[in-house]
Amino acid sequence: MKDFEYTAPATLRDAVKLLAEKGENARVLAGGTDLIVQMRGRRYQPERVVDIKKIPEVNELTFSPRKGLRIGAAVPCHIIYHNSDVIERYPGIVDAAMIIGGIQIQGRATLGGNLCNASPSADSIPALIAYGAIAEIQGPQGKRKIPVEEFCVSPGRNALQPGEMLVCIQIPQSKSNTGAHYLRFIPRNEMDIAVVGVGACVELAGRGKAQTFKRVRIALAAVGPTPIFASAAGASLEGQSVSEESILAAAEAAKSVAKPISDMRGPAEYRTHLVGVLTKRALIGAVKRARGEHVPNAVQEHESAHPVYTLS
Amino acid sequence: MIELTVNGTSHTVSSDPRRTLLDVLREDLKLTGTKYGCGEGACGACTVLLDGQPVVSCLVLIGEVQGRAVTTIEGLAAEDVLHPVQEALVAEGMQCGYCVPGMALLAAALLRQTPEPTDEEIVRWMGGSLCRCGGYRAVLRAIRRAVGPGANDEVQVK
Repeated sequence: MKDFEYTAPATLRDAVKLLAEKGENARVLAGGTDLIVQMRGRRYQPERVVDIKKIPEVNELTFSPRKGLRIGAAVPCHIIYHNSDVIERYPGIVDAAMIIGGIQIQGRATLGGNLCNASPSADSIPALIAYGAIAEIQGPQGKRKIPVEEFCVSPGRNALQPGEMLVCIQIPQSKSNTGAHYLRFIPRNEMDIAVVGVGACVELAGRGKAQTFKRVRIALAAVGPTPIFASAAGASLEGQSVSEESILAAAEAAKSVAKPISDMRGPAEYRTHLVGVLTKRALIGAVKRARGEHVPNAVQEHESAHPVYTLS
Repeated sequence: MIELTVNGTSHTVSSDPRRTLLDVLREDLKLTGTKYGCGEGACGACTVLLDGQPVVSCLVLIGEVQGRAVTTIEGLAAEDVLHPVQEALVAEGMQCGYCVPGMALLAAALLRQTPEPTDEEIVRWMGGSLCRCGGYRAVLRAIRRAVGPGANDEVQVK
């Protein structure tokens, strides 16, 4: 590892100053589970590392009915998935945070870091996009906000300019008739990178047979150079009745925007097929949660003896 | 210089920022029970407890542990009495043993949080530590043994 200066500022102002002074030669350190590996592998050789964990704003994890959920950029996964507001109101975030690495990684890794690392296969990003999350950014010129679907620009590159840092991820208020689900396909149960991941968030209107989709957001992981917001697939469901047919049509629409490569994790055709399967399941899981039914995630699955991915 | 507490004892160590907690534990403090496996957080051999939380010490920069408390395998036993997880790992028997220090600390953290875990909870929790000898059944039996009676029951996991 090349020599660098380690800094741990206590305020956002100092952090932004330290970052701006070094531009491309400074890197932000949160949980370190990507950065330290990348520094050792010489993908990044920063002159200065800015550890943000002493800054109060990036350690915030709060929910309010008006503002929704605020997840500070340095809050580790295990704090997020044990938080009662997140468990109750944002189960799609729990789905993702529980499957990033193993227990030791979840003690350090953050959703902010998962987002800034901008991997096409990042597990939390489709869930965040599905929820309509906003990235709050601090830079030398002040604060700005961008939707999470615009945050990743290419593999490993994000929309942050030199001197800027992610402060927090804001997720809008969760309405009572809303549900979300994130699913990924991997060959083993943990410590692996998604072959495909799909997140879906639905808001329903009406009840029983007259129930329709009011608002739907779908996002895909590991099938393009960045996480993909499948906006047309989600929009195609709005106003439609909640049925297997409408969901299958949306799954086909999601497949049409997937642009996977073939690699050791699977050929492109296989990944496109999986987008269809997982989009259908993520939508059904999201509908069930919107209806107040319990849908276990990949970690909780053993609680349920029956397949959950059919509409009742 | 960095000040940290390891197994209840205060230490002051060199603050070369490139060094990880694992480097300092093994090279400066001569606590070689913590093992280097992959160096990228994928194997769990270097697991220690940082303020009680299991972390891979190969991915913790020494600057980050200023003022914090670390528990390594050398500090898991109380005086001469092994931790129940250590007793159980000895009783079940492992092969090369390279993964065992990390496994023991990870399992101890599980039992502190969940005193009577199910087999599924054990398997999920231990997923971040690899045993290249393939001794996972023995690890599972050991954790069940540490929990209490019934350790000799047939191990069944989906």
